[in-house]
Amino acid sequence: MSDQKFKVTVDNITIEVPAGTTILNAARMIGGDVTPPAMCYYSKLKDSGGKCRTCLVEVSKGSEKDPRPMPKLMASCRTTVMDGMEVKNITSEKVLDARKGVVEFLLLNHPLDCPVCDQAGECDLQNLSYEHGSESTRYEFKRRTFEKEDIGPYISLHMTRCIMCFRCVYTADQLTERREHGILERGDHAQISTMLNKSLDHDFIGNVIDVCPVGALTDKTFRFKNRVWFTKPMDAHRDCGNPKCNGKVRLWMRGEEVFRVTARKDQWGEVEEFICNECRFEKKETKDWVIEGPSVINRSSVIAQGHYVGTKASPVLIDKVVGQQPKYLMNIHDVSDVNRPDVDLSKIEGPAHSDDFKSLNKG
Amino acid sequence: MTFGERAYLPGLAKGLSITLGHIFKKTATTRYPEEKRPFSPVFRGLHILNRDEEGAERCTACGLCALACPAEAITMEAAERKPGEEKLYREEKYAAKYEINMLRCIFCGFCEDACPKDAIYLTETVMPANYNRQSFIYKKEDLLIPNPKNTDSK
Repeated sequence: MSDQKFKVTVDNITIEVPAGTTILNAARMIGGDVTPPAMCYYSKLKDSGGKCRTCLVEVSKGSEKDPRPMPKLMASCRTTVMDGMEVKNITSEKVLDARKGVVEFLLLNHPLDCPVCDQAGECDLQNLSYEHGSESTRYEFKRRTFEKEDIGPYISLHMTRCIMCFRCVYTADQLTERREHGILERGDHAQISTMLNKSLDHDFIGNVIDVCPVGALTDKTFRFKNRVWFTKPMDAHRDCGNPKCNGKVRLWMRGEEVFRVTARKDQWGEVEEFICNECRFEKKETKDWVIEGPSVINRSSVIAQGHYVGTKASPVLIDKVVGQQPKYLMNIHDVSDVNRPDVDLSKIEGPAHSDDFKSLNKG
Repeated sequence: MTFGERAYLPGLAKGLSITLGHIFKKTATTRYPEEKRPFSPVFRGLHILNRDEEGAERCTACGLCALACPAEAITMEAAERKPGEEKLYREEKYAAKYEINMLRCIFCGFCEDACPKDAIYLTETVMPANYNRQSFIYKKEDLLIPNPKNTDSK
């Protein structure tokens, strides 16, 4: 049974997949545009999926034996393929229309604070609404708001941005031994919180930042330090003492400064391997890491705007040719207050405040 | 050469008549410092950073102007608003430092288009010229419009 192969057709592309594969994973094997987007499904987390409804597809033919179409749109992350199944994703008007509706629902209570949010630029919801959503909202009521809650020194929680995908709950459940982090209340009032306001202290809890598809859980050590698209992603590794962590990470750098450390993400926006908190939050020096080279970033991503080849600066030979250092008409660092070489913003703990800049100006 | 051309005088008279005709035509010259040509309504000049009605800075340091800037003239550093600073800054995050390098700026107005917070505008002021380069780095103090609340009280 297990080595049985099923033939499935997604948007007129046929592929053979093992029995028990979901439609979403079959579509991912084909890749490209036919893959339904997923906000809650995460292949590395058991039981995830079935919450957000963005991966809805139309099953136009149930299977070879029972060719009737399925009456309603199916969540592709939870529906397993049948032999001879025909699935319509982007070729179906119904699916595109439903997805637009789902995006509108997801955005109902989502604040429009992308300019403030640190996730902007690598946000799944931003990409999804850009592709499938409408330009404005029809919602007229007050958006859901929450009391701001401090969940520890490393992670900042913005409940207003949460879309209830449950990924972080599964991460906390499956990566850490004791779960302190779950959903409180129900329906519209549901919120992610730590039970009894305990700080989350576990070596792998930082991974909730990476799995979060929106900016609800973000890195407090990176908060407001820079925009994602102005930092350069670099693949790097180190010998991590933690046996479960292999120390393979992505550094987000600017010059020689390491602004943020995240796990490496694959083409579906999922982490390749979970990393430990020490790698993520403590090691913010270039000398802690062995840098392998620039990460591969999708060309359509805003992160690719500062594209670059090679990581070593080419040598400056002008002084050797001329015989002296060239005299600059103006060195920008003499005048500019921004990006001063003697000030490392990434070294400030947590977000910078007005008094940080006052003390920097004196120094 | 024909006789007419060789005679020289008819040609001279023709040329002089063109000159004479121009004396009575409207001149295209604008005598600049005394007289100024009206700007086009879409003229793009010096930048300003806007405040809202309460006098709080609108800019939230989202970096979209810097991203849109083809000349890479705009740089900024963000900071978090502290409790008690709500009157100063509109959003939770604000630009602690904001600089436009006017030597680089090409006045394309993309920053204005990109701004999601209506914070940056290009005015009708022509950028003043100067002899030293240092004065072309416009900092946040140079760009920010005066607080309407403060000017009222004066």
